[in-house]
Amino acid sequence: MPQPIIKVDHLSKKFMIQHEAGAGGRYTSLRDVISDRVRGIGKKKEQTRAKEEEFWALHDVSFEVEQGDRVGIIGRNGAGKSTLLKVLSQITEPSSGSIRIKGRVASLLEVGTGFHPELTGRENIFLNGAILGMSRAEIKRKFDEIVAFAETEKFLDTPVKRYSSGMYVRLAFAVAAHLEPEILVVDEVLAVGDSEFQKKCLGKMEEVSMNQGRTVLFVSHNMAAIENLCKRALLFDRGLLVKEGRVGDVTMAYQQSYAGIKGNVWNRIIPLGNLGFTSVEVLIQGNQPAYELKIKFKVLSKERHKKAFVAFDISNSLGITIMQALPVLDPFIDFEASERSYSVTIKLPPLIPDRYLISAWCGPHFSETLSWEKEIIGFEIIDSPTVGRNFPHVINNGFIVPESNLIANEKDI
Amino acid sequence: MKEEFDIIIEQGRSERNYWKDLWRFRELFYILSWRDIKVRYKQTVIGAAWAIIRPLLTMIVFTFVFGKVAKLPSEGNAPYALMVFAGLLPWQFFSSSLTEASNSLIGNTNLITKVYFPRLIIPASAVITSFVDFAISFGLLVLMMIGYQYTPSWQIVFLPIFLLLAFVTSFGVSLYLTALNVKYRDFRYIIPFIVQFGLYVSPVGFSSTIVPDQWRFLYACNPMVSVIDGFRWCILGEANLQWDMLAISMVVTALFLVIGIRYFRKTEKSFADNI
Repeated sequence: MPQPIIKVDHLSKKFMIQHEAGAGGRYTSLRDVISDRVRGIGKKKEQTRAKEEEFWALHDVSFEVEQGDRVGIIGRNGAGKSTLLKVLSQITEPSSGSIRIKGRVASLLEVGTGFHPELTGRENIFLNGAILGMSRAEIKRKFDEIVAFAETEKFLDTPVKRYSSGMYVRLAFAVAAHLEPEILVVDEVLAVGDSEFQKKCLGKMEEVSMNQGRTVLFVSHNMAAIENLCKRALLFDRGLLVKEGRVGDVTMAYQQSYAGIKGNVWNRIIPLGNLGFTSVEVLIQGNQPAYELKIKFKVLSKERHKKAFVAFDISNSLGITIMQALPVLDPFIDFEASERSYSVTIKLPPLIPDRYLISAWCGPHFSETLSWEKEIIGFEIIDSPTVGRNFPHVINNGFIVPESNLIANEKDI
Repeated sequence: MKEEFDIIIEQGRSERNYWKDLWRFRELFYILSWRDIKVRYKQTVIGAAWAIIRPLLTMIVFTFVFGKVAKLPSEGNAPYALMVFAGLLPWQFFSSSLTEASNSLIGNTNLITKVYFPRLIIPASAVITSFVDFAISFGLLVLMMIGYQYTPSWQIVFLPIFLLLAFVTSFGVSLYLTALNVKYRDFRYIIPFIVQFGLYVSPVGFSSTIVPDQWRFLYACNPMVSVIDGFRWCILGEANLQWDMLAISMVVTALFLVIGIRYFRKTEKSFADNI
């Protein structure tokens, strides 16, 4: 009976989001602290606190991983996958709960972490290796193997700033692939690089896991890669672990959660907050490659609020936001105790066939949100943006097929 | 069967393995220092020459302003330029450590948000980088002493002790400011001011002997005073070292180091979330 090598117990991670951060954004400045303290003297504590909102990136997550397991972690953006990996790699602390781990963990959350453009390929191998936790002796021992894997022998003494992006990624992954930890944690790093190299990397990870009994945790949006590499999978949604089990079952569940495509109308009776959407409706008009979306929405002001504007995000079936429509840049929704309705038309770029979801946002400033309704309505595109194309589109070749024209150049006389 | 786990991740847990981890990641420390040094001299056009030009020009200006215009006394028979340079060495080490270290975490954001290691390594390696500049400038001092035909006294054997003190002072103050800089980005503006201000309240351009008695205690609370005086005492052999002032400075230095490390470790856990 195999023993668990990773044991995650009621793990939670909470972030505090500051709302009235204003244009200063995410940094605290000393001035703000001082002025807040001064202002806060006469006031009650809650008023200064009210600016902060809790956000649970992970909530009460428990699971176990056995030695030699290859576990895929899937979920939409913001589901908590990356936070889980960060907590696992000890980059950030959990707010509560615990993780117990046997052995060494190496995490690859980004390709080429710490690579310095001025340094040569050789120097960067040592630098990156040390950053990933390899000892100098270990890197020396595997140096030739790493270089062979990356196929960059000729450029070893060239600064990496002169590398093509493909070479850069190959070298970076080669270092990481030769790590020998008991547990390898990999975030969406294979999204870069060409497909042949991706295959090579997946093969390497599989080999490492099969032959050497190492455990791999792998995050990806690429279901095919997950199904190829992993035996088990965990599905996250908004910080919760919603499903775990055999990889096929979990990826199926994940895809089905979109397959039940959202309707084109959404209603809410009572808006939250001072200003909120009460209904959003979408209609698709026209033909490929010049589809137009018509979004009708209603907003209701409940309490006094700053003038606000709206934005609509469109995401694809992988949960990747691929565009944002911002019809008016200046805040235009005043406080007025009534429900108002607007409509927005969006000219769609030549999108590949997929199911798309729309999120509606409104707020007085990019950094300040009043209402954000995520993925409430959807639409589907069935025909190819290229007229006459029958061959199916895959996401690996991009989401958009721009109009392109070929002209044969006549020889200059 | 009892389950044995190597790593336990919980809130507040990282404290316990901290010093062990620091040792485990010592190779990373070497290699990051090496990277900083290499990149520093690769990127600038004049490279290492910069480490010579900067103190040399400062020394010339200070010698002219304080020695010739203000006609301040040197220490014993030592040439004024030599006295200035002996003080400038530790001061520039201190000021460049402060500047480099305080920006080091922000400059390494990608590492901090993607990899785990004791964060102390980053400002520490920035201090080491500044030390290379110090070593180059020190070579210049030796040349100057040969030029002035100035023989150091037996006290030069104590130089390593003051070097260590310079290190500890730079490291302690840097750590504190580095951590503050992550949290409050305005420290980016405050640090250059501290460096500039410090240059005038430390005995770089003048000798400690001209400081009036009633100000001595306050003056000694600047930890760089003893470091600079100690350097002069070792190199020039002329000045007499004030032991009481040295003691005060050492206490202040130790205090900075303890507070620096504690504050750094307290805030370190949230670096990845705040940066």
